[in-house]
Amino acid sequence: MSKKIKAAIIGPGNIGTDLLMKALRSEVIEPVWMVGVEPDSPGLARARELGLKTTAEGVAGMLPSMQEDGVQICFDATSAYVHAANSREVNARGAVMIDLTPAAIGPFCVPPVNLADAVAARAMNVNMVTCGGQATIPLVAAVSRVQAVSYGEIVATVSSRSAGPGTRKNIDEFTRTTASGIEKVGGAQRGKAIIIINPAEPPLIMRDTVHCLTVDEPDQAAITRSVQDMIAEVQQYVPGYILKNGPVFDGKRVSIYMEVEGLGDFLPKYAGNLDIMTAAGLRTAEMYAQEILAGNFTPVAA
Amino acid sequence: MDLKGKKITVHDMCLRDGMHPKRHQITVEQMVDIAKAMDEAGIPLIEVTHGDGLGGASVNYGFPAASDEEYLTAVCKEMKNTKVSALLLPGIGTVDHLKMAVDCGISTIRVATHCTEADVSEQHLTMASKIDGLDRVGFLMMAHMIEPEELLAQLKLMEGYGANCVYITDSAGYMLPDDVTARVALARAELKPETELGFHGHHNLAMGIANSLAAVEAGANRIDGSLAGLGAGAGNTPLEVFIAVCERMGVETGVDLFKAMDIAEDKIVPMMDHMVRVDRDALTLGYAGVYSSFLLFAKRSAQKYGLSSRDILVELGRRRTVGGQEDMIEDLALDMARQRGAL
Repeated sequence: MSKKIKAAIIGPGNIGTDLLMKALRSEVIEPVWMVGVEPDSPGLARARELGLKTTAEGVAGMLPSMQEDGVQICFDATSAYVHAANSREVNARGAVMIDLTPAAIGPFCVPPVNLADAVAARAMNVNMVTCGGQATIPLVAAVSRVQAVSYGEIVATVSSRSAGPGTRKNIDEFTRTTASGIEKVGGAQRGKAIIIINPAEPPLIMRDTVHCLTVDEPDQAAITRSVQDMIAEVQQYVPGYILKNGPVFDGKRVSIYMEVEGLGDFLPKYAGNLDIMTAAGLRTAEMYAQEILAGNFTPVAA
Repeated sequence: MDLKGKKITVHDMCLRDGMHPKRHQITVEQMVDIAKAMDEAGIPLIEVTHGDGLGGASVNYGFPAASDEEYLTAVCKEMKNTKVSALLLPGIGTVDHLKMAVDCGISTIRVATHCTEADVSEQHLTMASKIDGLDRVGFLMMAHMIEPEELLAQLKLMEGYGANCVYITDSAGYMLPDDVTARVALARAELKPETELGFHGHHNLAMGIANSLAAVEAGANRIDGSLAGLGAGAGNTPLEVFIAVCERMGVETGVDLFKAMDIAEDKIVPMMDHMVRVDRDALTLGYAGVYSSFLLFAKRSAQKYGLSSRDILVELGRRRTVGGQEDMIEDLALDMARQRGAL
């Protein structure tokens, strides 16, 4: 077995558990810690059964032994409110933090667009934007790498069952953070994000629409090719990332209609919105791990 | 039905829901002119926003002729007695928009969610509760899709977040009077007595007036409508007609009926791009339970891809789409066109 980089997952909820399932298959990441706050959390119990060390004392419960245990990468799947404190603590012990919360204290990372930049910059904290951002920003970037995009807008429709209490209590954070990601990572001059929650049963698979307005007349052939290439990139870590229709060209409007089905590791398949977050988080960690294993990068206490 | 002596507040929708049939192109000048006439006619409350609420300006819903800020600023400063409301759909608009609208001079914020998703309004209603004197309305859309008991639980959530008034909204114009009675009566019995109750109708099955009367009888005291019915689908409850019926039944609205009729006839109807009426597609909305603002999007996609707009609308109903899913319409039309070999 080749050498793996050890990782900790903070937050044993649905996201953290799905991430654990994926990480257990990784060739370069070895999950060794699951951190929670509820002693009888089923997520902690499951992690224990799978051989991980666990604590219900929060990050403080892992800190004393994390360096000894060789943890170099942490994932935060808790909430924006506690993320900053978590990040400080693990950074101080030389581990890179991959932020799956909407806290966004580190640079945004959308793997097929700018992961290489984040790794090259040796960022000790990277933020995974939002589920809608992971599903749509690659396509805004696919258009903007062909020609200038004056405005990028995305509509993410998720099933009611896949929208957790955190998202619901602070839905503005989704729209703001996603819009910002459309600009900073997607390359649109102005971004807008819309989220719709649909309670239909059986639950609908996540749908995403991307509308771009180009500055000049769109180069249809080049944009279509670029979009198809980008979809293939995302499919490497989310196989259920499917182009339903488009790109449709209407004047300077370019519209792309997507469906995102998850792998169904721990989360149900319709929750592609959650799956794409955990998959993107793991993909990011793997790239850091490869750099560490190749001797190009040694995370140091910051 | 005996409603004699009841006092209600009518709320005009021309300058918000009416933005849908106008493709959000009502000008600031038109808004100010109409709002001043409504003030003169004694209409107590009017809504002014993009059709899809604050922040609705988008490719998905349409870019308006002016910004929410421009519309609200211009209208609010001209009002003598009439108060102005703004609509906000969490997921589209944010608390930043809410604060902006308050600074423009609105007196009422209406926070709207799909009928099963009231908890996404917590952030906005809680924030609104901290603003002195702001009238806070929780607005549950597509209320025909769930049973009265389930709807009550969602209304209670909004009441708990600080709404002093909650609305049962028939966004699809699907409800019949008994549906309205069941929902409003249960809410009236179970919500706090001081919480006001409202009903927002669409006229797709020509039930706007009958449903609004049923709502008043069951305990609602705020009723939405729009003069000449300018609104999505077959329009809202035609307000001048409702006011006339209220006068006949002894319900007090405080509105000058003839002035309201004149605004409808002389200002609103001439402004319409198409006659807002129960045409085949609007009737389909009501029959199939589809969000009323999908109407023009379905007509446009039907024309572009050589399909029947009725077929598109029926399929949108079958898939249980909710308000805001306008992006689904072109996607669905492309699927249908492909299936029929037209692409």
